[in-house]
Amino acid sequence: MNVAVRSTANAPDAAALKAQAARLRGKIIEMSHKAQAAHLASSLSCADVLTAAYWHVLNIDPGKPADPLRDRFILSKGHAAAALFATLAMKGYFPIEELDTYCQDGGRLAEHPPANLLPGVEAATGSLGHGLPLGCGMALAGRIKGESFRVFALLSDGENNEGSVWEAAMFAAAQKLENVCVVVDYNKWQATARSNETLMLAPLRDKWAAFGWDAHEIDGHDVGALAEAMQNIPNGSGKPVALIAHTVKGKGVSFMEDDNNWHYRAPTAEEVVKANKELGLA
Amino acid sequence: MRNAFADELTKLGNEDSRVVMLSGDIGNRLFDKFKDKHPSRFFNCGVAEANMMGVAAGMAMNGLRPVAYTITPFVTTRCLEQIRTDVCYHEAPVTIVAVGAGLAYSGLGPTHHACEDISFLRSIPNMVVICPGDAFEVRGALRAAMQQDRPVYIRMGKKGEPVVHKGPIADFKIGKAITIEEGSDVCLLSTGNMLPEAIEAAHKLKEKGISAEVVSFHTVKPLDEDKLKQAFARFKLVATIEEHSLIGGFGAAVSEWLADTETQHKKFLRFGTPDAFFKKSGEQEYAREVLGLTGHQIADKIIHALN
Repeated sequence: MNVAVRSTANAPDAAALKAQAARLRGKIIEMSHKAQAAHLASSLSCADVLTAAYWHVLNIDPGKPADPLRDRFILSKGHAAAALFATLAMKGYFPIEELDTYCQDGGRLAEHPPANLLPGVEAATGSLGHGLPLGCGMALAGRIKGESFRVFALLSDGENNEGSVWEAAMFAAAQKLENVCVVVDYNKWQATARSNETLMLAPLRDKWAAFGWDAHEIDGHDVGALAEAMQNIPNGSGKPVALIAHTVKGKGVSFMEDDNNWHYRAPTAEEVVKANKELGLA
Repeated sequence: MRNAFADELTKLGNEDSRVVMLSGDIGNRLFDKFKDKHPSRFFNCGVAEANMMGVAAGMAMNGLRPVAYTITPFVTTRCLEQIRTDVCYHEAPVTIVAVGAGLAYSGLGPTHHACEDISFLRSIPNMVVICPGDAFEVRGALRAAMQQDRPVYIRMGKKGEPVVHKGPIADFKIGKAITIEEGSDVCLLSTGNMLPEAIEAAHKLKEKGISAEVVSFHTVKPLDEDKLKQAFARFKLVATIEEHSLIGGFGAAVSEWLADTETQHKKFLRFGTPDAFFKKSGEQEYAREVLGLTGHQIADKIIHALN
């Protein structure tokens, strides 16, 4: 079994992670404003999960994006691409200046993560319900080849509408993929309506548990708690792990929080200034 | 074709540790030998084809050579978006193997018929589409697919079809059609499990003094353009034969090629299934007879077209 050198399991520095999450949010808002692109609130909603993953949990080397032993992080909710692009650039996978090309003609940063184009992007997503099946295949490839990397898939709550998510959930449980972790960004909104008024997700933790997962609810904005729970994969349960992360859509900016208009709206220059102040970045 | 597939897959599994078999809860006992030898590389993915195709893509993106297998409509149209986005967009070397193409499972009804799959799959970028004409072509196609670093779709008939080739095809190449019988008047380009009907048609034509060339045009994408150029230049009639809809299938691909290359041709006929579900009960031979796809009916239409 090839085990990559995993960073020592230091306790997460919650304050440092929180400051990083604020910088990430600032970058996402700037990108949304420049590109006038949609899905800002969805990107802000998962910023703490991405921060915990990339700044504490994942065993990755941005200089070796194809290292076979790296942990895989799949942004299954591909519409939060801005959050992933900003994360990857801040981690050094590609120059931070390239973020200025987000949604511009001829660039590598389209509104959803591309295939085989941008270092650090594990899978092209955007159509929902694809990330977990892909992740299960990756995890099994690791098992067959004797490589013990972990696979994380970040799903939106609306994404739980897709049948393929539940096909994969049953498959992962049957295969005892204990190195697979799903994080559900449970912000209670989907594109045009409240999630639980669209398709009944609740009780979401119980659903994942009933499908054979070691499922837990967690504060999706407690970046220290997220870092600890994700770092603990595999957690000894012998099961794949689902973290139902309670989040707020548009988190971090008061006038965006829990207002679903920001699923599609992009901020004005004035709103960017206000947001930066609230994030402590001004 | 089915048993040849399972046997060749077992051999490939012995030769190459990257070969992984994914089944959509089908082929009871068919893969026992593979399972015995490689238990860690066989997965019954259940009746969950969308997940199976995504899992296959994830494996292929991480250095393996998965083969995803079940009945044609379920391994194609059921999970078409996973084929398009997970497999083809990522250029993941997944080999999709379908059993029961066309009307092979006629008796099971239209839910199990597959006369649209070539059309869907050949329109997806990066995809190769192969329709083997007999069991030896299945073996050649599977072996060739494993050498590719890209997605391949192999569309098989069922078990027990007539074997056309005398033995293993040493030089089977994707995109290179195989001449089965030489002729000088008309050229029958057959793809997939219609090959025995094409051969029968040629024999019927011979009785009427018409010399027919029979070609197993096993690869629908990419087309063997050299073979098409020769056929349309040499013969006074060229016919495509397939157990697939005339919309979007092999004949349609050849029609597109004719238009796009501005190739001059004489007579061109397309044999395939109509734009309708085949709702009657009955086995494949009956369905072919009703739809005018048997060898003698093909011969009759060609004779009529020549007069």
